[in-house]
Amino acid sequence: MAERNAMEMAEYKWPEPERRRLIGKRISRVDGPEKVTGRAKYTYDVNRPGMLAGKVLRCPHAHARIVRLDTSAAEKMPGVKAVLPLKKVGDEILWAGDEVVAVAAVDEPTAEDAIRAIVVEYEKLPHFVLDTDPKAAGERVRPTAEQVEGDPDAAFREAEVVVEGLYGASLITHCCLEAHGAVVEWEGENNVLVHVSTQAVSGIAGQMAGPLGVPAGNIRVKQDHIGGGFGSKFGPDSWGIAAAQLSKMAGGRPVKIMLERDAELMVAGARPSYYGRVRVGAKRDGTVIAWESETWGTGGIPPTSPLPLPYVLRIPNQRKRHVAIVTNSGPARAWRAPLHPQACLLTMAALDDLAAALRMDPLDLLLKNIELAGERADVYREELQIAAELMEWKKRWHPRGDPSPGPVKRGLGVSIHTWPGRGHACRCDLTIHPDGSVEVKLGSQDLGTGTRTAIAIVVADTLGIPLEAVRVRIGDNQYPPAGGSGGSTTIGGVSSAARRAALDALDQLFARIAPLLNASPDQLEAWEGRIRVKEDPSRSIAWEQACARLDGMPLTVRGENPGPGELTTAGAAGVQMADVSVDIETGIVRINKMVAVQDCGLIINMKTAESQCYGAMIMGISYALYEEKIMDPATGRMLNPNMEFYKLAGLADIGELVVHMMTGEKYDRRGVIGLGEPPVISPGAAISNAVANAIGVRVPFLPLTPERVLEALAKKGGSHARV
Amino acid sequence: MEKQRLKTGSLSRRDFLKVSGITLTVPLVVGPRVLKVAGAEVKVFGPGKVPMTFTINGKTYRAELEPRVTLLDALRNEFDLTGAKRVCDRGTCGACTVLLDGKPVYACSVLAIEAQGKAITTVEGLMQDGKLHPIQQAFIENDALQCGFCTPGFVVACKALLDRIPNPTPEDLVVGLGGNLCRCGTYVGIRAAIAEAARMQRGG
Repeated sequence: MAERNAMEMAEYKWPEPERRRLIGKRISRVDGPEKVTGRAKYTYDVNRPGMLAGKVLRCPHAHARIVRLDTSAAEKMPGVKAVLPLKKVGDEILWAGDEVVAVAAVDEPTAEDAIRAIVVEYEKLPHFVLDTDPKAAGERVRPTAEQVEGDPDAAFREAEVVVEGLYGASLITHCCLEAHGAVVEWEGENNVLVHVSTQAVSGIAGQMAGPLGVPAGNIRVKQDHIGGGFGSKFGPDSWGIAAAQLSKMAGGRPVKIMLERDAELMVAGARPSYYGRVRVGAKRDGTVIAWESETWGTGGIPPTSPLPLPYVLRIPNQRKRHVAIVTNSGPARAWRAPLHPQACLLTMAALDDLAAALRMDPLDLLLKNIELAGERADVYREELQIAAELMEWKKRWHPRGDPSPGPVKRGLGVSIHTWPGRGHACRCDLTIHPDGSVEVKLGSQDLGTGTRTAIAIVVADTLGIPLEAVRVRIGDNQYPPAGGSGGSTTIGGVSSAARRAALDALDQLFARIAPLLNASPDQLEAWEGRIRVKEDPSRSIAWEQACARLDGMPLTVRGENPGPGELTTAGAAGVQMADVSVDIETGIVRINKMVAVQDCGLIINMKTAESQCYGAMIMGISYALYEEKIMDPATGRMLNPNMEFYKLAGLADIGELVVHMMTGEKYDRRGVIGLGEPPVISPGAAISNAVANAIGVRVPFLPLTPERVLEALAKKGGSHARV
Repeated sequence: MEKQRLKTGSLSRRDFLKVSGITLTVPLVVGPRVLKVAGAEVKVFGPGKVPMTFTINGKTYRAELEPRVTLLDALRNEFDLTGAKRVCDRGTCGACTVLLDGKPVYACSVLAIEAQGKAITTVEGLMQDGKLHPIQQAFIENDALQCGFCTPGFVVACKALLDRIPNPTPEDLVVGLGGNLCRCGTYVGIRAAIAEAARMQRGG
C-alpha cells in the first residue's frame, strides 16, 4: 500500500520539457477577444433589470463626531427607494471620506440629489495626518519592541566604514481603474445574488453572511472580470453590505454601488508610508557586518508593522526599532508585495550609499555580500550577471555623480528582491464530456494576470488536446472553492489543482480505453489529440473517440492543492537595474531603460509572465516618480483624489524595458512560483539608486518629484558618510 | 448644520453640466422652450427627460434622457454598451474613449444631447463581419492588456491614431495615446501592438 501511494505521488509532477507543447510557451490569453472588443463584463458593467443606483454620503472631515443626522428630506424625494444610515449620532469618524449614509434611487442623478438632501451636523475633532516625523506626532506614536540579532554595538565598533542615511516611500493608493463596488439583489426571502469586484470570489459569501444575517450558502457571488485589485479587493466592504441592505429595503430590486473616483482614492486602499534612518557598517573591502534602523510610517489608524529589514541580505548583526504613527489618513490595505518595496528601498539605498562611500561599484558590493541572501544566493549571482550584460553595466557605470558637462546627468542603479509565492489552497472540478470537450470549474478569478489562460494551458497540455478544447469557468462561488488572489499565490494554486485533476481524469479515461488498445492503463499516454500506447504509438485512438466510450456520462474529477507532489514551491528571486537621466535644473527624472531578470520556478505561460514583469516595472516607475496620496495637514483631507493630480505613469514615461525570465531545469524542478508581486518590489530602489548615481546625492523619499530632487541637490542629499 | 457634499469647489460637475446643457444650441428633438438670454433666443431642454436619438456603430438608438446625462452614461446605462468604461469620470484617463465623427473624445466629458446627429463609434463597433479589427488582433497577440479595463479606450484611441497617421512615429504614439492611462502597465505591449497593426493595415 505504501509503495502504491509512493508511485501515485510520483506521478504528480510537471511534464518533462520535451512533453510540453504549451507549458512555458508564448500563448495569447484566452479571454483576449472578449477584452479587446468590449464584450468582457466587469462588475461595473452589470446592468440588471430594475436596477437602482446606490450612492454613499461621505464625511468631509478627517476626525469628527456626528451630532445630527437627518435623512427625512432624502427619503421623501421622488425616485428615492431606500435610505440607509451607516453611522448614527454620536459615532466618531476617523478619516475623511468615511461612509455615513447610503441611498438607492432610480438613477444616478436622483441618487446624487438625494445625497445632497441629507443633513449631517458634525462636531469637528482634532486630526493628524503628518507621517514624516515621529517627533511631531506626539501621542500618536505606537512603538514596537526593539529587535536585536548578533552584537550590533561590537560590529559597528569593528566596522571600518559606517554610513547613515534617511530613506522613505510616501503614502500611495491602489487606484484600481475599476473602482470598488458591487451589484447586489435580495432574491425572495433569503437569497442574495452578489456581483462584486473582488480578488476573492470564494471568500466573499462568508464575509457577508454575518452582517446580512443569511447563511453563506444562500449568497451567490459572481464576477467574470475584474478591473484591477492589487491587494485592495478582498472583502465586500461596507458599501457592498449596504448595497445588499438597500436592495432588501427596496423590495429586492438590484442595487449597484461603484465608488466614485474620489472615494476610490480616499478610502478604498492605500500602501502605508515607511521612512527610516539606516546605519550600515562594513569592512573596507565591502563586507557588510552591521545594520541599525529606526523606521516609522503610517497606514492610518491601525499601527503599521515593522518592515522585513535588512531586506534579502541577512546582515549578521542588527538592531531595529519601529514606531507606527497613527493618523487620520484613511485605511491602508495590502498593496502588491506588502512591506517589500519599502524594505527593499531602505536596504538597497543604504547599501548603495555604502558602496558610494567605499568608492565601489554597487553591483560588486552586492556580489561581495550575496551569500547573505541564503539559499537563493546562486540565483541572484546568475541574475546579476545577466542583468549587467543586458544593461551593459560594466561599460556604462560611473562612480557617484555624472561628471559630464551640461544639466542632464545620467546614472545607473541596481536592486534585488524576493517573494514567497507558494500556491494557495485551491480546488477545481475537471469534466471530460463524451463529445471530447473539457470543462474546468473553480471559484477563482483572473486579475489580468492570465489565470484563465494558465489553467487552460495546464489542462490542455496534460490531456494532449488543443487549448481551444478546454473551457475554463471561474468567477462563481458555486464552483469548487479557490483561494483569494493575493500574495502571488494564484498561479501555484490553480495550476497545481488543474494538473492533479487532469492527471487523475486521464487515469480514469485510460482505464476505460486500455482494453481497446490491448494494453494496461499505465502503458498509455495522451499526445496530440490521441490516446496511444507509449511503446507502440501506432496503437492509438482519437481523443473524441476515447471520450465517446464514457457511455454518455461526463467524467468529473476533483483536483486539489495542496496535494501530493511538489508542483508549487516558494521563494522567487529577482534583480532589476535602472538607467535614468536627471535634469538638475528642473529636477525632472526620466527613465531611459530598465532591466528585470526574474525567477519564478516553472513558467506556465511565457507571454503573460513577461507581461507581469513589464507591468510591474511600469507600476514601479509610477510609484518611484509620480504617485503620492498627498494629505493636507490643515484639513486632514487627501488633496489629489482624482487622476489628474494622482499621477500614474503614461506611455511616454517608461523608456525601454527589458525582461529576462530565468528558465531551465534548475528552475523547472522547483515547480510553479507566483510572479505578481516580485517584479514590483525593486523599481523604487533601483531608480532611487540610479538618480543618486546620476546627480551625486541621495533623494531620500519616493516619489522622486522634481521638488524633492532640487531640494536634495540644494542640501547635498540626506545621506552622510563617515569613513 | 451643514449640508454635506464631498466635491472640490462649490459646483459639482453635474451642476455645471446642468447649466451648460441648458444654454447649448442643440438639434431640435422636442419642442423646447425658447428663452431670451442676453438678447439672444436660446432653446432650453430639460431639466426633465428629453427624447434623444443617436447613431451608434451605424445603428439608431433612442432614449429619454435628462440633458445633464453624459454620452458615457447613456451608452453604458441606457444601451448596455459597456465597452467604454467609467474610471476617472473627469476627462483624464481615456478609458471612455469613443469616436465622434471619427474623432476620439472622452465620452465622460460629452453630453449625450450634444452627440446627437453625429456618428458615434464605440469599441463594440470595431469588429467587422464577425472578424476582429487588426488593432484588436494585434492587442491580443502582443499581450497589450492585463485586467482589460483600460483596453477598450486604448483600442479606440489607437484606431483614431492610425486612421489619422497610418505609420506613427514614437512621438506620434505619445501624442495619440498620451490621453490614456493603464494601471496594470501594458504600455510595452501597446507599443508593439500598434506597430504591428500599422504593418497589417499597410498590408505588410
